[in-house]
Amino acid sequence: MPEKRQFVPRIIVEAAGNRWDLILLPLVLAVIVLLGYGGAQMARPYQLGETLPISLEPIYLPYYLLRTTLRMFLALAASVAFSCVFAVLTTRYKLAERILIPLLDILQSIPVLGFLSITVTAFIALFPGNLLGVECAAIFAIFTSQAWNMAFSAYQGFRTVPEELNEAARVFRLSAWQQFWRLQLPFATPGLLWNMMMSMSGGWFFVVASEAISVSNQNIKLPGVGSYIALAIEQRDLVAIGWAIGGMLVGVLLYDQLFFRPLLAWADKFRFEETGSATAQHSWLLEFLQRTDTTRRLFSLLPRLLERSLGTSRLRFDGTSVRAQPRARGRAYERVTDAAIAALVFYALWTLVSFIHAEVGWTEVGRVLVLGFYTMLRVVVLIALAALVWIPIGVRIGMNPRLAERSQAILQFLAAFPANLMFPVAVVLLVRFELNPDIWLSPLMILGTQWYLLFNVIAGSSTIPTELRYAAQNLQLEGSLRWRRYLLPAIFPSFVTGAITASGGSWNASIVAEYVTWGDTTLEAHGLGSYIAEMTAKGDFPRIALGIAVMCIFVMGFNHFLWRRLYRMTQERLHF
Amino acid sequence: MNATLVELKDVGKNFLGADGSARAVLSGVDFALREGEIVALLGPSGSGKSTMLRIMAGLITADCGEVLYRGMPLYGPADGISMVFQSFALFPWLTVQKNVELGLESKGVPERERGERAQAAIDLIGLSGFEGALPRELSGGMRQRVGIARALVVQPEVLLMDEAFSALDVLTGERLREDIMELWETKALSTKAMLVVSHNIEEAVVMADRVLIFGADPGRIREELPVRLSRPRDVESAQVRALVDSVYELMTAGSIRHGRVTDKEIKLRLGDRLPAAESSRMEAIVELLADEPFRGRADLPMLAEESGLDDKELLDVTTALTLLGFAHLDGGDIILTPLGRDFAQSDQAQRKEIFGRQLLENVPLVAYMRHGLDQDPSGDLPEQMFLKLLSYTLPESEAEAALRVAVEWGRYADLFAYNYNTGVIHLPDAAEAAEE
Repeated sequence: MPEKRQFVPRIIVEAAGNRWDLILLPLVLAVIVLLGYGGAQMARPYQLGETLPISLEPIYLPYYLLRTTLRMFLALAASVAFSCVFAVLTTRYKLAERILIPLLDILQSIPVLGFLSITVTAFIALFPGNLLGVECAAIFAIFTSQAWNMAFSAYQGFRTVPEELNEAARVFRLSAWQQFWRLQLPFATPGLLWNMMMSMSGGWFFVVASEAISVSNQNIKLPGVGSYIALAIEQRDLVAIGWAIGGMLVGVLLYDQLFFRPLLAWADKFRFEETGSATAQHSWLLEFLQRTDTTRRLFSLLPRLLERSLGTSRLRFDGTSVRAQPRARGRAYERVTDAAIAALVFYALWTLVSFIHAEVGWTEVGRVLVLGFYTMLRVVVLIALAALVWIPIGVRIGMNPRLAERSQAILQFLAAFPANLMFPVAVVLLVRFELNPDIWLSPLMILGTQWYLLFNVIAGSSTIPTELRYAAQNLQLEGSLRWRRYLLPAIFPSFVTGAITASGGSWNASIVAEYVTWGDTTLEAHGLGSYIAEMTAKGDFPRIALGIAVMCIFVMGFNHFLWRRLYRMTQERLHF
Repeated sequence: MNATLVELKDVGKNFLGADGSARAVLSGVDFALREGEIVALLGPSGSGKSTMLRIMAGLITADCGEVLYRGMPLYGPADGISMVFQSFALFPWLTVQKNVELGLESKGVPERERGERAQAAIDLIGLSGFEGALPRELSGGMRQRVGIARALVVQPEVLLMDEAFSALDVLTGERLREDIMELWETKALSTKAMLVVSHNIEEAVVMADRVLIFGADPGRIREELPVRLSRPRDVESAQVRALVDSVYELMTAGSIRHGRVTDKEIKLRLGDRLPAAESSRMEAIVELLADEPFRGRADLPMLAEESGLDDKELLDVTTALTLLGFAHLDGGDIILTPLGRDFAQSDQAQRKEIFGRQLLENVPLVAYMRHGLDQDPSGDLPEQMFLKLLSYTLPESEAEAALRVAVEWGRYADLFAYNYNTGVIHLPDAAEAAEE
């Protein structure tokens, strides 16, 4: 019966292990031991005020790397869970959508340090006498730098599930649990994954701030790469900074190869376009894992459990039952909730205004607004400059398929690399040449985020249809005409996508980039970022709140009046 | 008479117009789907046939009237009613096997039984060997086979097909249709009745025991045509051809509007939908009609074959031609008017002029647009204004479609120009001045 055989899973047919097992077993054991060790270290007893020993010896770096990466992944897991819950709530309940979406919009424009300064004491109080509280605070800080864009992408994914697929799910009477696993989550997976990768780099960027906690009169340095760097900066140890950069390079490379590549390659099947495309991802690890019997068995365990749960959760009645009767929810319900939301918003506004009036004063508000304007100027100018530099280069790379393919890995790596490690170098240079920090600190803001620009321009120019290229060649488009009529319009949509990411990142980075310390030298540029950083260092809560509120207003205004419009325009008018 | 499976009693469905008042998509539909029959729904776009199918599937709730399944009220998707989708609606990350098992999994059928039943459905529909394939590896025809297997595996009493063959090329669609009819005739299916929404008249006639012809504005059942031919039916047979002819006749009779079925021309109103016919397609059909072998008069099915248009496209073009006075319909035949002949013999400039004149006279929307532009000192108006106007009477997507048609016609006739990037409609002269 040759046909029958196809349906017996290969796991059963080839029951014995194979030679890949021999290589894999030690690897898996090592990972488990490391994770266990790192985890145990997180829950040590700890008294507030105690200093945890941090050493600049490079020999400790691998250990610090382990601790930091562990935190990152815990935060990432929390972000994934948060994103799923968020997406389910917002797509299922209209009311949740009306409240949570704007709320998330606000949350994501609040700088990471802001969250930390508000929550750290609460977390410490949660686990008295244990390091776990501080660890939680750090993880939460990393979480706040990762979660928002992931949640949005999940929501986007859930929202854009094609109508006919939703109808099919309903006709075949999938329960909410089944719809989540069979339809919504798979559909949102590719977008979610890309955002996970971006979030991971975002997390690295704030690793110093979240591990070396120096807000709200706390001074705790958790063992980790971030604290290592913080200490190196305090002690002006450029060599240690070099080691940290090296360590991070290795770390980024490791989790990229061991975690994200396999995941991306595996998630390839969730792409929705039904035709096969050439941009499939490859991962040596995934291929290796798929060849190994033990892991195949291990990895098929989860889906099997899941499928069992899918079988048990089901709708208990169908459309003929009286329980399926539609509930008429009148307009009144909507009006009441609308009124409640409006009342809440007014109350919050009133509290904020009276708080600012009492604690800070309106001249300060004016001053902070001006500072915000400075930072906005920096963001705009820098994005324009980055565009001037990277568009020509990106187009050149993108039009050359071989070059594009090779550059992808490097670029993803550059994007993932925390640019703030370069800040000390910048400080040394600025001091040496006595440069104006108001101007020369600015480039640091875009150091890490410019890669999104380049990345997207390359992606955009590599998808220009071949026939269009031939046509342009045939018409002998040259010089400015070639750019104005052909290349720029062709890459504009991807450019906008990249610029949105870069601009958002730059605002957030301004807090780190406008206020840079090196030992006891502190360089400061006038701007909203440095204002928040300075107030955070002082622990001046009302002014932190003011700074954060103003930054929220700027970022949201920027998104609303510029980026969203540009994006919508490109989506409607400029695509192939 | 056989038992009634699904019954609609005076069913209506509304949408909310831009002014907040309800407009009917479907109204006063009385219909019973009985055991042992296949019913086909035909009709112009916007006539609510898809809406009716979705009401029967329990995907949409009716705003008024009663929906009964086996005499019991139907509030949502029910066991025993299954559906095949136009765009297949397969889950691209699940293999063929898993896709087919979907409906069983949701019912909590044990894994072993699930596999066996899915296998049986896969074999039945001619997919064996492809169980492990992902949908993206399959051709359109094979994908729809998966869609059908998925619908059949739950052993439905009622099978709903929403233009199930229209996304496939003609040959593939025909083959799949024949396979299904063979299963139906040999009683290999548990299915007791089928409802097929189609825009292919031949398909409807070959498959159905009854053909319901829908009318638009508001959507309703206009005609019912029993098909009492023995099966299997040969597409080329005289009886089938005659029936196809009479369906064409019924569908084109009078009728862009409101209940009255007359041959008299009915004037279009400002907020009405426009037939989706491009000017270039209208030109081509007029030329085809004027030439040999038609010489000004053509049987619609013949014209469909000659032009290579599908029924929906052809009906849209003929509606547009009659609307503009280039042709009129007579018992399933289309006849060029003297104006239509003039148009066919004119050069490009003259054609534009004739077309423009007829537009202003017969299409109130275009006339109104031009009027607005003439009055406006700047000579341009944003499209949103007209969209708003249309959205009082049409659902959003159809308002957009109507405006697109009006813009295309107006552009062709040089009545006005349109800037895609800004969404502004303006007078043609001003446009040339604005360029460069």
